[in-house]
Amino acid sequence: MSTIPADLRYASTHEWARLETDGTVTVGITDHAQEALGDIVFLELPALDSNLSAGQPIGVVESVKAASDIHAPISGTVIAVNDGLTEVPEGVNTHPYQSWFYRLQPSNPSELQQLLDADGYQAIC
Amino acid sequence: MGLRTPLYDMHLALGAKMVDFNGWDMPLHYGSQVEEHHHVRKECGVFDISHMSIFDIQGTQTQAFLQHLLSNDVALLDAIGRAQHSLLLNEQGGIIDDAMVFRTDSGYRLVSNALTRERVQLWLEQHAKNFACSVRWRNDLCLFSIQGPLARQRLASILSSSRANLIQTLEHHDAVIDGDWLISCTGYTGEDGIEIMLPAKQAIDFINELVGAGIAPIGIGARDTLRLEAGFNLYGFDTNEQVSPLTANMGELICWHPESRDFIGRNALQVQRDNGITEKLVGLVLEERGVLRAGQPVRINDQITGVITSGSFSPTLGKAIALARVPMDTGDRGEVEIRHKWFPVRIVKPRFVRDGKILI
Repeated sequence: MSTIPADLRYASTHEWARLETDGTVTVGITDHAQEALGDIVFLELPALDSNLSAGQPIGVVESVKAASDIHAPISGTVIAVNDGLTEVPEGVNTHPYQSWFYRLQPSNPSELQQLLDADGYQAIC
Repeated sequence: MGLRTPLYDMHLALGAKMVDFNGWDMPLHYGSQVEEHHHVRKECGVFDISHMSIFDIQGTQTQAFLQHLLSNDVALLDAIGRAQHSLLLNEQGGIIDDAMVFRTDSGYRLVSNALTRERVQLWLEQHAKNFACSVRWRNDLCLFSIQGPLARQRLASILSSSRANLIQTLEHHDAVIDGDWLISCTGYTGEDGIEIMLPAKQAIDFINELVGAGIAPIGIGARDTLRLEAGFNLYGFDTNEQVSPLTANMGELICWHPESRDFIGRNALQVQRDNGITEKLVGLVLEERGVLRAGQPVRINDQITGVITSGSFSPTLGKAIALARVPMDTGDRGEVEIRHKWFPVRIVKPRFVRDGKILI
């Protein structure tokens, strides 16, 4: 049974998004995603300052088993990348909601409301 | 629903994540593939490999039959219990399967891959018609592979003292038949280990004892990364019916003497040898972060002339490694294309880790 925190929003492609108090949005992948992938050994994250469109494949997570695309849950500009995480990608397995991938300045904050809430995400897991 | 070994419910009870593997529902891992991998290298673990195909060959012409069918010469198995690795080849010299061959008290036993079971069974039965011998698929048996530096010690703690003594003295590729058990010093991980074939009805009790003795269950995920580090080919990836053993590091499984032994595929292999072998299977190491995967193209001297046949992340090295088929004159550097970008790779002997030690 995977953990789905109530204070986050979720993309159907298994990314979580957290609205910060300064209006930026932090993104990672869900507990369900890390569990399905198995031991994660490699992350390819979007570049700083890149402009992402909602739903666009913008990086890759590789487990021992397979490679999977990660998608931008909402549109925006990348203002921070968790480069430290690429050195210890297994952290995504142990702490999926602390292991943030990148932070966005949303270009259309209303997109956040179109993402799933915890109940909605639970229904597709 | 796929095929299931008699241990299916036991795998679920042990917390396995089950996946389809060549038509079989098998445990991928029981929590973490990487931890299971390290556990086999440092301590020991047990694999349920009862999905593999076990055939018993009996009759008065079993030796002549297998001398015709197999690349290695069963006449070299000079005592009951001796084992050898061998190949079933087609007429073109392509690999139908590889198999462990054991000499038993009543003939020979072959253990081949799950993927090819129907193909191999048909091939054996078709050719057995020309000899006084019979082929029996032993799906009434289970097969456990107990691997790792502590395999013998932990296994001995739950066996009768006579069986414990037997396994302490077994040498590589030797086996003993003890009642309805066949116990061999064989494996697919590059570590010391023991494999046991036993009646399926004893299997659940036995694995309970193994786990109770601190021998952790290991899934097929770690089985793949362990064999890749050891440089063992995986049938269907590194070898198949279009691949010659001479381009797959399997030349040592061909016994050319005596010249009069007319095994299937011999003529084709002889022609290949006479014409010169143009490809080889090598090891690749990616020094940067990333993962090598089967099918990725390999560029040597700016020409795409090779391909990865199997690849993954090596838990022991902490880097991606692969087996790749490349031209024979390839040196020690190349590049691999991962998601439209080219990454430099080191080309090494396809043997990355053995007995817990890094070799590259």
